Amino acid sequence: MKLPSPSSNGAVISIAGLHKTFQRVSVLKNVTLHVPKGCVFGLVGENGAGKTTTIKHILGLLKPDEGQVTVCGSNPIKDPVKVLSQVGYLSELRDLPGWMRVDQLMAYTQAFYSNWDADFAETLREDFGLDPAKKVKHLSQGQQAKAGLLVALAYRPELLALDEPSSGLDPVVRRDMLEVIIRRVANEGRTVFFSSHLLDEIERVCDHMAMIHQGELKLTGRLDDLRESYCQLTLQFRHEQSESPCITRALEVTGQGKHWKVLCVQPVQSVEKEIEALGGKVLNRSTPGLDQIFFAIVKKHTRHSQQT
Amino acid sequence: MNIQIQTGGGAPLYQQIVNQVKYLIASGQLVPGEELLPIRTLAEMLVINPNTVARAYLELERSGIVIKRRGAGTFVADKPPTVSKRHQRDVLVERIDLLLAEAHQMGVTKHDLIELIQKRSERVTFQ
Repeated sequence: MKLPSPSSNGAVISIAGLHKTFQRVSVLKNVTLHVPKGCVFGLVGENGAGKTTTIKHILGLLKPDEGQVTVCGSNPIKDPVKVLSQVGYLSELRDLPGWMRVDQLMAYTQAFYSNWDADFAETLREDFGLDPAKKVKHLSQGQQAKAGLLVALAYRPELLALDEPSSGLDPVVRRDMLEVIIRRVANEGRTVFFSSHLLDEIERVCDHMAMIHQGELKLTGRLDDLRESYCQLTLQFRHEQSESPCITRALEVTGQGKHWKVLCVQPVQSVEKEIEALGGKVLNRSTPGLDQIFFAIVKKHTRHSQQT
Repeated sequence: MNIQIQTGGGAPLYQQIVNQVKYLIASGQLVPGEELLPIRTLAEMLVINPNTVARAYLELERSGIVIKRRGAGTFVADKPPTVSKRHQRDVLVERIDLLLAEAHQMGVTKHDLIELIQKRSERVTFQ
């Protein structure tokens, strides 16, 4: 199911009909998404779903086979200098030069950006507790991530693109990173695009999100709207059900005996009619969590691909 | 303004904030005329998206529970509408329904449940 995506007007990132194939394997299939200015946009998906490939297209590191990518009004392939000067990027691997000291890393990165803000960089360094004389390779994983975030932020880019910023980090560092993201959006109105497979993190900091599975975009829209477009029903049947009740409009049916749970898309009334016709009673309605929606979609997709 | 949010299941975050502000007002922890935390401050405190807080405040403003004063902030309305009564009822009804369903699944009769509530109410005291 696709919800109406925010229009491409005023979007910081616009991706339309993006296809990408690596050695005859389709890794992105007709991906279309728009990231409005001033939002925190989360891209979720399993490992290998196409998250990093999507981010690489945003940065102009990969050329689309088909489709258009526009970032801050420019084409990242045709005009990489203009795009990259407005985008701060933290890669999943945080590939920073390990032999540099923190102060050298800052001076080195500064040379690439005319709008580098040295005072801001220094403030971030202090906030993050990074020792300027320490070599990058001697920093802990968490500190390396913070150093990466520092050099991605210090030129106050219009767009911050983060690829799995919390992977391998402990909860304290993760929270520090999220706080920085929140503060930037709250105080400066900048846009953040980040990929993650941590759904509670997405739910916390994102207002828009997209879900990608095996190279296809399964959902995109405002996070609250997305969640509220699903409903979870708790059912009770008069008689034991030997197999899961056949509810055509359900995304997922789980349970056993007389007690079942149904995850479905709104409007819920028609599903409830189906349930009544089968002799079931709805005991409770609730808004499912993102993880429940995500797993149901992935499972349904896997079922379908096994059948065909 | 003590607000706590929970991710993973449950109500959407903005709804959790709306409910808790209503609860804080209904229980007298937020009084008419008192200022709510600024959107940015609350967002940073909870580490959530500021737009989520803004949406919660807008919802509260629409139901007349808070008032936005331009350039000043968001304040609890002088006379918060009686919707808070209805809201209290809605919250309780939801909890009761869940409790009834659970009791039913465990095979506890309505009579035993009411008796249990009676017993508990004698044991649990509030100030």
